[in-house]
Order: sequence, then structure tokens, then C-alpha cells
Amino acid sequence: MNELLNDPMILRQIIMDHYEYPHNHQLTEDEHYGSIHMASESCIDDITVQALIKDGIVDDVRFDGVACTISTASTSIMTELLRGKTVDQAKAVIDQYNAMIALESFDPEVLEEAVAFHNVGKQANRIKCATIGWKAIEQLIEESEVKHDTETR
Amino acid sequence: MFDVAKIRKDFPMFDTIDPAKPLVYFDNAATTFKPRVMIDAVNRYYTTSSVNIHRGDYELSYQVSEEYEQARKAVATFLNAQEREVVFTSGASASLNLVAYGYGQKFLKPGDVILSSEAEHASNILPWFKAAEVTGAKVEYIKLTEEGEFLLENFKAAMHDKVKVVAVAHITNVLGFVAPIKEMAQIAHEYGAIIAVDGAQSVPHIPTDVADWDIDFLAFSGHKMCGPTGIGVLYGKYDLLQKMDAFMLGGGSNARFDICGNILLKNPPFKFEAGTPAIEAVLGLKAAVGYLTSVGMKDIAAYEHELRAYLVSELSKLPNFHIYNPHASTGIVTFNVDGIFAQDAAMYLNSKGIAVRSGNHCAKILVDLLRTSETIRASVYFYNTKEEVDRFIEVCKEITLEKCIDLYL
Repeated sequence: MNELLNDPMILRQIIMDHYEYPHNHQLTEDEHYGSIHMASESCIDDITVQALIKDGIVDDVRFDGVACTISTASTSIMTELLRGKTVDQAKAVIDQYNAMIALESFDPEVLEEAVAFHNVGKQANRIKCATIGWKAIEQLIEESEVKHDTETR
Repeated sequence: MFDVAKIRKDFPMFDTIDPAKPLVYFDNAATTFKPRVMIDAVNRYYTTSSVNIHRGDYELSYQVSEEYEQARKAVATFLNAQEREVVFTSGASASLNLVAYGYGQKFLKPGDVILSSEAEHASNILPWFKAAEVTGAKVEYIKLTEEGEFLLENFKAAMHDKVKVVAVAHITNVLGFVAPIKEMAQIAHEYGAIIAVDGAQSVPHIPTDVADWDIDFLAFSGHKMCGPTGIGVLYGKYDLLQKMDAFMLGGGSNARFDICGNILLKNPPFKFEAGTPAIEAVLGLKAAVGYLTSVGMKDIAAYEHELRAYLVSELSKLPNFHIYNPHASTGIVTFNVDGIFAQDAAMYLNSKGIAVRSGNHCAKILVDLLRTSETIRASVYFYNTKEEVDRFIEVCKEITLEKCIDLYL
């Protein structure tokens, strides 16, 4: 994994693939999904992220919208990474990702392809792009927990 | 002979640019560099005359008040208007809001129509949305051509008896087409409508003659025409200024008021200028207008037209570039690179020292016409050069998605 970090050719390819052919890039009408619309005030990024979170598992994550390379690719990778994980595992991945963007130490094993963004944090004006989809899933997880709490109370 | 090398010497910004990190500034539709004479005028006020205006009890205040009114005169001359028709505001947005509030909200009635276009800047459409909401009037749009130009015949077709206000930009900020404002004013008046013009992108670039055009309102900003930020102008025909409401009331705008709440406002333009104005910015605007006049607005327009034509002809040679407004005539060129998101391409240009703007340029309802949500806008001014265009084209030639991504690896 560490070699990967030092191979810009591969990292570039990861970002390009996820930008040109984003994964899980279609919204659903299914009302069991939580849905969040994220529109950046400072740039054009305007995406919607949906997640099906049930019994402590992130069953599905999908997104759509208009966004730059960094936003699209980072969100696409996020959907792949978090699908099928437990909420706790997903939170751990999100924490690692946020640490990486903040240029703190992080575990590349956990982040898999998301390590492609390990240097984005050096350019403050693109941090929003690299985190817009991740912020959305964080909120969706939070909402699902609030919902779960009220339902089981 | 238009001597751009000499002109560039008037702008201290060019001296501060690190030769090792050259900057090609092509975001002049957003704001412009400032000539030294303008900066000096602002400095002079703070250094030698830092007192308030319109309080003539002492010599210095009297002098500054005089200078302030001379600035109004200079702007009036620049527009071919009368001094009393020139209202100082904080910028084009404030001016447009003032018209929509002070005239629109006061005189529009349910069923009346505000005729605008889909190419308008937010500052020229949102205030009218609000006026429509408050009064029960509605907003209609002039049909644009595929390239986003509004032709006189489309305007004629959109006019009808219910239209009370025509609110359009003289030059739109995304596509740069010049509206046939004089003919439009005549037609609007035949229907009994007024025409309020957003001049933010036109006044800095082409000669203005409000008397000849017979338009009712004209709004523009100082900072887009070599002047300071925080200052703008609303030109209005005097009788309209008289009957419309002020947006703000307060010190300096009233002649007298009493304990019962009776207010007698001053006459225009003073009734619109409550509070201590941006005095230094007004004096700076005077210097900017003087500077532009000395360079010559006709020459500025001709030079920009030529520079734009060169930029478009060079850019259109690049097969992966799509220009949205090849046939516009002003300094705004809007384009995209195939397969690269506008912001990514703009960031690449930035990494090579070229400043352009990406986005929807505050014209969010234009999206349908252009069939894209975001574009890159390069906008030139009279101090830009053919060499800068060449440098810009050189960088455009080498741009690829891979290189855009590599900026972040």
C-alpha cells in the first residue's frame, strides 16, 4: 500500500477511472434510503448522496450530481469503500479519511483506493471537493442513528 | 495609436508580479486592476483630507464636499447624463436592488410583467423576483438565440401591454453580447414600460450615452472599471428618481423631520445617499473615470474587440475546446475543454499562472441554454496583450485530464 502512495501514475489512474466511470452513480426512488443533497456554496459541486443503513450495516451507498474530478472520484471511491461495512467500520474509515485530508497520519490499508487523495489537503481550496461526499455519508450515518434511537425508544 | 505597453506602466499590479511566476489576468469581468492615479486619489483623501462631507463648517470639509460633487459631475459627463441623475451606491448590485425596490416594489401591480432574460446575472434578476413576489407581478423572459444573444425581434415578440419594466444587461456577464439597448428603450417606451439596464459589463468597456439611448436606469460598479471596490452608480432619469423610494433613510438624505414622524427627504440624488458615503471610493471613481476618458473609451472598445477576436480565433484552432460565444464582440470568452470539468481546467490554468473564472458566473438560469452547468470564462481588458493571449493558448494546448489530476497527487 505504501508503494502505491508513491506511485502517482497509479493514483492518477484511480482518480481518472472513478471520474470517468463513477461507481454507484445512480439515485434510487426507494424511500428506505436516507438522502442528502450537498451543494457547495463556494464552487459548483452539487451532489446527492443516498444510503441504505439497516441493522447497523451500510447496505448501499449511491450518488449523483454535477461535480469536479476530485469530488466525483472521492465520492465514487467512498461508496465502494463503505458499502457492506458495519456502521462502526464505516465510521473508522471516515475517521481515517478525514485524518488523511487533514494531513495527519492515517492507515492506508483501511483507505484502499481513497489514498489517491493523500495530498489534496495541501491545497486548501480543494479540501471541500475531496470531502463533500464523505461529509454526506457522515450525516446520513448520524441521521440513521438518531432515527434508530427514536424508533427503539 | 493604442500603446498597451505604456498603459501597463500605469498599473502598479504589473510591477508587483514576480517575473519568475508570471500572472496572466483574464478575470476582468470579475474585477479589474487599478491605475496609479486612482490609487493616489484614494490615498490622497486619507492622507490629506480625511474629513466628512456635507458639513461645511470648516474649510477642509467644504473642499472635500466640492470634490465629492465634482466626482458626480465627472461620472455624469462620462455617461452623458446630468449630475442630479447620478446616485452613488455601493456597487451595481446595490443599484439594481435600489431600482427593483424603490421603483419596482412601489409601482408594480398584480398582473404586471417584468421582462428580463435568462442570461441575467443574479444581481439583476433576484431583486426583480422579490419585486414580483411582493407586488404580484410576474417575470417573463426574452427568448435567446442558441448562442445566448437576444435579438431585437425576439424582444419585440416578448413585449406586450402588461410589461411595465424591462430589466436586462447591456452586456451579459457570461456570453458578452451587446444588447440593442437604444432600440429596446424606444420599444419599451412605446408600450409605456421603463427599461432598467445592468451596465456592470458594458460601462467599463464601451462608450456610454444614456441621453442618446434614452434608457431609464443604468447600474454599474466602480471596481470593474479601474475604480475602487465598494462604489457604484445608479443613473436614473430625474423624474423617475424623484418618484421612487429610497432603500435607506438616514443622515444626509433628509431635509428635515419632526417628532410626529413627518420626513421631508432631500431631492435626488441626495435622498438615496443616507449615511456617510464611501468618500475615498467616490474620489477614486472620479480618478478612474478620468483615466478611462484619457485612454479613450472608443479606443478601449476597439482594442478589446481586436484582442478578443484574436483570442477566439486562436482558441477555436484547438479541437478539444468548445467556445460558447464565438460571435460575441466584447472581451468575454466562455468555453469548456472536452472531458474536463471547468473547475479542474481552471485550476490547471491557475497552476500555470493564468487567472480565469470557472462556474456558472452567477447566471444560474442560463444552464439550460448552454446545456452545461459550468463553463470557464476568460475576460480581457484594455491592458491585456496579444502576448498574454499567446501564453494562455500555449497552456490551453497542453491541458489534459491527467495533468489536471496530477496537481493533487
